[in-house]
Amino acid sequence: MKSPGNGSRRRAGRNFRCAVAALFTGALIASCTSGPDDGGETELTIGLFGDFGYRELYAQYEKEHPGIRIVERVTAFDDHHTSLATHLATGRGANDIEAVETGYIGRFKSEPGKFVNFLDHGVGAQRDWWLPWKWDQSLSTDGKSQIGLGTDVGGLAMCYRTDMFEKAGLPTERDEVSALWPDWNAYFATGDRYTAGAPAGTRFFDGGATVFNAMIGQARTGYYDDDGNLVVKTNPVVRQSWDAVTQAIGKGQSARLTPLTNDWNNGFAESRFATIPCPSWMTAFIQDQAKSSAGKWDVATVPGGSGNWGGSFLTVPEQGDHIDEAVELARWLTAPEQQKAVFKENGNLPSQPALYKDPAITGLVKPFFNDAPVGRIFTESALKLQPQPQGPKSGEVMVAFTNGFNRVEAGTESPDAAWNSVIADIEHGER
Amino acid sequence: MASADKARSPGGSDARRPRPPRAGSLVPYLYIAPFFLVFALFGLFPMVATAYVSLTDWSLLGTGPGRWIGADNYERLLHDPYMWNAARNTVSLFVLATVPQLVLALVIAQLLDWALRARTLISLGLLLPYFTSVAAVAIVFSVLFSRDFGLVNHLLDLVGAGPVDWPAGRLTSHLTVAAMVNWRWTGFNALIYFSAIRLIPRELYETAAIDGAGRWRQFWHVTLPMLRLALVFTAVLSTIGNIQLFTEPLLFSATQGNTTGGSGRQFQTLALYLYEEGFRSFDFGYASAIAWLLVLVTAVAALLSLALVLRIRSED
Repeated sequence: MKSPGNGSRRRAGRNFRCAVAALFTGALIASCTSGPDDGGETELTIGLFGDFGYRELYAQYEKEHPGIRIVERVTAFDDHHTSLATHLATGRGANDIEAVETGYIGRFKSEPGKFVNFLDHGVGAQRDWWLPWKWDQSLSTDGKSQIGLGTDVGGLAMCYRTDMFEKAGLPTERDEVSALWPDWNAYFATGDRYTAGAPAGTRFFDGGATVFNAMIGQARTGYYDDDGNLVVKTNPVVRQSWDAVTQAIGKGQSARLTPLTNDWNNGFAESRFATIPCPSWMTAFIQDQAKSSAGKWDVATVPGGSGNWGGSFLTVPEQGDHIDEAVELARWLTAPEQQKAVFKENGNLPSQPALYKDPAITGLVKPFFNDAPVGRIFTESALKLQPQPQGPKSGEVMVAFTNGFNRVEAGTESPDAAWNSVIADIEHGER
Repeated sequence: MASADKARSPGGSDARRPRPPRAGSLVPYLYIAPFFLVFALFGLFPMVATAYVSLTDWSLLGTGPGRWIGADNYERLLHDPYMWNAARNTVSLFVLATVPQLVLALVIAQLLDWALRARTLISLGLLLPYFTSVAAVAIVFSVLFSRDFGLVNHLLDLVGAGPVDWPAGRLTSHLTVAAMVNWRWTGFNALIYFSAIRLIPRELYETAAIDGAGRWRQFWHVTLPMLRLALVFTAVLSTIGNIQLFTEPLLFSATQGNTTGGSGRQFQTLALYLYEEGFRSFDFGYASAIAWLLVLVTAVAALLSLALVLRIRSED
C-alpha cells in the first residue's frame, strides 16, 4: 500500500517535471493541470484495443458515481501493448486502466510491481467468479500478485465445412463429426480420409500454427513448467505435437496459411480448407470473410475437448493518480452482471463459469453455422480447460513456432531443420 | 574575436558575397538559435541518451534504468548471428533499392529532356508514387505478390511459370521489398535530375554537337558531369533512407505486427531488428546499441556513395 507521503512527493515531482517541460515548449501546460484537486470531477482513462462493449456501461457507471468521468482510448492491438510497455518503463503516460491480451499478460505479470495488486484490494474473495485458468494467467508466478481481472475468453471448437466434408465422403452431422476426432491422432487420421477424397484445391486445415497452438493449449504443461522455467526443448508434448503437425503438413493436409494474414482471410472466402480450430470470436470473423458460404459451416467439438484462444484482462498501472477509483471501476466492469451485458452487446464470451448456466448464453445458436449451439460448445471447452503455467516469453515462443511452421510449409526447411532453428530462435531470446 | 578572424580569412570574394557580420554582433546567432535549440532538444539529446542507454542493460519492463555494463551490448552484438543476418539483408536491399532507382531516374530525366511532350503532365505522374504513403504501398505490394491470390503469380501462371512464394525466399523477398522502394522513389529522383538538366546551359550541348558528339556521348560527357550536385544529393539521401529501411519490410511480413522480417528472417533489416529487440523483447539497452551501429553503418554507406559519385568529377 502507498503512504500518503509517498503520493504527495510524487505529485511534487510531477509538478516540477511539468514546469521544466513548460519552460521548454510552452505547449504542455494544459496537460499538467488535471486531477481531482482543481476540478471536483475525476477523469478515469481506460486504454483498450478494440471493441470491449463497454460504452453503454460507462454511462451507467457515471450516473451511479457522480464526480467520475470515463474516457475510453482505443488503439491498434500491437501499438496498444507496445505503448503500455513504454509508459510503464518511463513511469508516466499510462491510462488509469489498461487492457492486456492473453498473449501479452505473461510478459507484463513478470513485472508485478508496475501494476496494482488486486489481492491488496480484496479481490481474492471473488476468485471463484473466474475460470481457474483465467485467474492463474494473470497471477504472478509466486502467486502473491494478481495484476489483471479477466474480461472475456475465447473457448475453442472445431469449425468445419459440411459441403466439403460431404464431397470427401465424411459424415456431416455435428455430433458424428465430433465423434470422428476424440483426440488429435484421430483428427489427423480424419485428415488422411479427407485428403483422399477432397474437392480439388482444398486442404484439411488452414495451417500448422493454428492446429499446433490448439494442441499445446490443452497440455497440462506447455512452454513453461510450474516453477516458471522455459521447457520447450525438454517437454515431450511440444516435440510430439510438432512432429504430428509437420507429418500432416507433409501429407498435404495444410492449406499453408498463417492466422490473421491477408491470404488467410482470402482462404475463408475461397474455401481453401475444410476445418479450423476456432474460438468464439472467430465465428463473427468467419461470417464476415465467407459471406457466400452461409449455412455451409458448422461447429463441432475440438479434439481433446478443451481449449481457449484469446481473451483479455483489465489492469491498473501503479503509476496512476486515481488508483482506488480505477480499481473500483475495473472490478465493476469485470463483475458478472457487466460481463453478461457485454455478451449481449457484442458477443464476447464471459470468463466466469456461473454465467455459463445463463440461458442467454447456453441457448445461443448461429444460423450462419447451420444453427450450431455455439454458446454451449464454446463454454464447455472453456470449462474443461485445465490451468497451464504461462511465462514472460510465451508470446515470442509462439511467434518462433509460427515462423517454423511457415518455413516447413514453404518448403524452405525440413521439419527437423525447422525444429532446430525454432529452438535456436527461442534460445536467442533467452540470453 | 577568433570567430571574426575566421570569417574574414577565406576572403577575397567580398565583392560577390554578403559582408560577414561585424565582430561581436550576437544578432545573427540569435536568428539561428531556435534551430539549434530544437536540434539540441530533439536531435542531439536523444542521440546522447541512446548512447548512454546502449551501455546499460535497461529492459523496458525492468524496475528502472539499467545497470552500467560498459560495452557488453556491443560485444554481444558482434557475436549475434541475427545482427549479421540483418546487416547482410540491409546491404543487399540497399543495393537492390538504390542502384536501379537512381539509374532509372537518370534515364527517365534524360528522355524527358530529349523528346517527350506533355512534360508537366508526365512530371506530375512521376511524383504521384511519392505522394502515396509507405504503408499503402507496402500493403498493395504485399497483395500483388501474395502466394495464393496475388496478381503477379496470376500473370506468371498465364505464361506457364509456376507460382512463386515471394516472401518465403531471400532473393525473391528482397526483390519485392526493393520494388516497393524503387516504385516510390524513382519518379522523385527523376524530377530532381530533370530540373537539374534543364539548368545546364544549352550551349554546352550545341558545342558538343558541333564537335560531333552523338546523344549518348552528350549524356556521358555533358549531362552527367553537370549533374554532379544532384547526383550527390540523391545518392546520399537514398543511401540514408535505404540503409534504414523499416516500414516496407515490417508491413511485407504477412502476419500483422510480426517483426522478424519473414519466417526465416530472410528480409529483416537492421532497423527492423532494432525494433524487434526494443519493442518486442523490450531490451532497450541492446536496441540502443543496434541504433548506434545503424548510425555508423549509415554514415559509412553515405560517405562511400558520396565518394563514388564524386569520382564523376575526375572525368570532368
